[in-house]
Amino acid sequence: MIGRIIWKKGAPFFLLLLLLIVWESVTVLLKVEEWLLPAPSAILTEGIESFHNLSGHLISTTELALTGFFIGSCIGLLIAAILHLFPSVKEAVYPLLILSQNIPIIVLAPLLVIWFGFGMLPKLIVISLVCFFPVAVASLDGFRQTPYELKHYFKMMGAGRNQLFWKLELPHSIPFIFSGLKISATYSVMGAVISEWLGAKSGIGVYMTLASSAFRTDRVFVSIFLIMGMSLLFFGIINLLEKYFVSWKRKEGEKDEAGN
Amino acid sequence: MKLEIKDVSYSFDGKQNILENIHFHVGDGEFVTILGPSGSGKSTLFHLIGGILKPNQGIISLDSKKINGLKGHISYMPQQPSLLPWRTVLENVLLGSELAGIRDKEMAKALLVKAGLEEYEKAYPHELSGGMKQRAAFIRSILSPQELMCLDEPFSALDELTRLQMQKWLMSVWEENRRSVLFVTHSIDEAVFLSDRIYVLSAKPATVIKEVVVPFPRPRREEQLLSDEFFNLKRELYAALKPTVTT
Ligand SMILES: Nc1ncnc2c1ncn2[C@@H]1O[C@H](COP(=O)(O)OP(=O)(O)O)[C@@H](O)[C@H]1O
Ligand SMILES: [Mg+2]
Repeated sequence: MIGRIIWKKGAPFFLLLLLLIVWESVTVLLKVEEWLLPAPSAILTEGIESFHNLSGHLISTTELALTGFFIGSCIGLLIAAILHLFPSVKEAVYPLLILSQNIPIIVLAPLLVIWFGFGMLPKLIVISLVCFFPVAVASLDGFRQTPYELKHYFKMMGAGRNQLFWKLELPHSIPFIFSGLKISATYSVMGAVISEWLGAKSGIGVYMTLASSAFRTDRVFVSIFLIMGMSLLFFGIINLLEKYFVSWKRKEGEKDEAGN
Repeated sequence: MKLEIKDVSYSFDGKQNILENIHFHVGDGEFVTILGPSGSGKSTLFHLIGGILKPNQGIISLDSKKINGLKGHISYMPQQPSLLPWRTVLENVLLGSELAGIRDKEMAKALLVKAGLEEYEKAYPHELSGGMKQRAAFIRSILSPQELMCLDEPFSALDELTRLQMQKWLMSVWEENRRSVLFVTHSIDEAVFLSDRIYVLSAKPATVIKEVVVPFPRPRREEQLLSDEFFNLKRELYAALKPTVTT
């Protein structure tokens, strides 16, 4: 029983470990050049040695990602609320929202620099642009899927549009909003790194560009692993917040499982 | 007179009337039941009284004030309990009064004790049984400040035994407050056991075809369910309903 739990919870970890072992063996056995593909052990050593150097980059990327994530999510929620409360606006704007996700960031980013310079603004625009969309779409679905019989009760009791939104539709969509936030949280780290390529004083993106142009492949891999770690961490934090704010839903789920 | 329905007609499509020349009233502190077959238009009648639909003809008045198409004047209990899954039981029973701009937590707690739900104050709706949910929904409608309570087949989803228990419990709570109640059901037993007066509704189009006064004294007891008088009343109501059921 305990063995099964360990296996279930630890499966991704074991798989990762296996992958690293294969990777390590391949690089050693085939004597792959370090600048082509460094061994995981070499990457780890490099990571530890340059940790002091890296922490500054890590902090500025985290700050950038968090700020962009926050702004993007707020905008997403706001857009969803406006589109939901004014259905005629929704018809006109919704297609544009989808189009906004088709703008290639790689092309847009240099333009933003031309327009707004090298400061924070163009970077935050890039991150917000990728972060707002999942939140907006998920929240809209949440508002729309409010159960009919609950809405009916509110209307029969004479609830106004405001009460209907704040006391029914918004609380109902909180689990939906969290789904959107989880996607946005992972996107925000990628968004931050890409926006740092535009030009920044520090950040994982900067570190990565420098390492890449110096053929320090080990450092490129260090930054890749850092980005993955940050994404996972953000995701985990949102997950914890969700568990706290949507505790009623979790209990409901447990009941369903017990019933089956 | 609390509620007065005068000559009200309604149709969804403007051609076929669902309700036709409906005429009845509910007195102050009176428990009145509308008895009619399924699909006859009982819920539609409630939607008219609640103001989310507007009658094509006729007047709905509450305390002699016309309320055609006006919302927020009645306390409503729907067929499904319709509790908010993210609110605790206590927060749920406060919802009706909250929508009207007041909150009386002490009163809510006292009523929850009376409903045997004091241990579930902090529980979420999915932790309650069907009967408990309906009790919470009923308390929510008692706590709503509007004087007239409209209950739309509140027990139809419950099993027979729970339903009888709920009817007895509802009677005991109601006999203490004596609010004006308009109750809708398609069960003859339920109508006779609970009401002061019963209106029988025909189907397609719905109109009032019979009015019956229930003579049993209050507080009502289960033994009355077995008396001859009770059976005679039931027979009378059954005969009135029968033609509408068969056609
Ligand atoms: N929104 C609607 N549009 C058209 N017809 C409806 C609508 N709602 C109910 N009806 C019809 O009105 C009739 C009465 O419905 P309802 O009031 O729900 O009956 P009851 O509550 O007595 O079972 C039914 O025949 C139903 O098909
Ligand atoms: Mg109905």
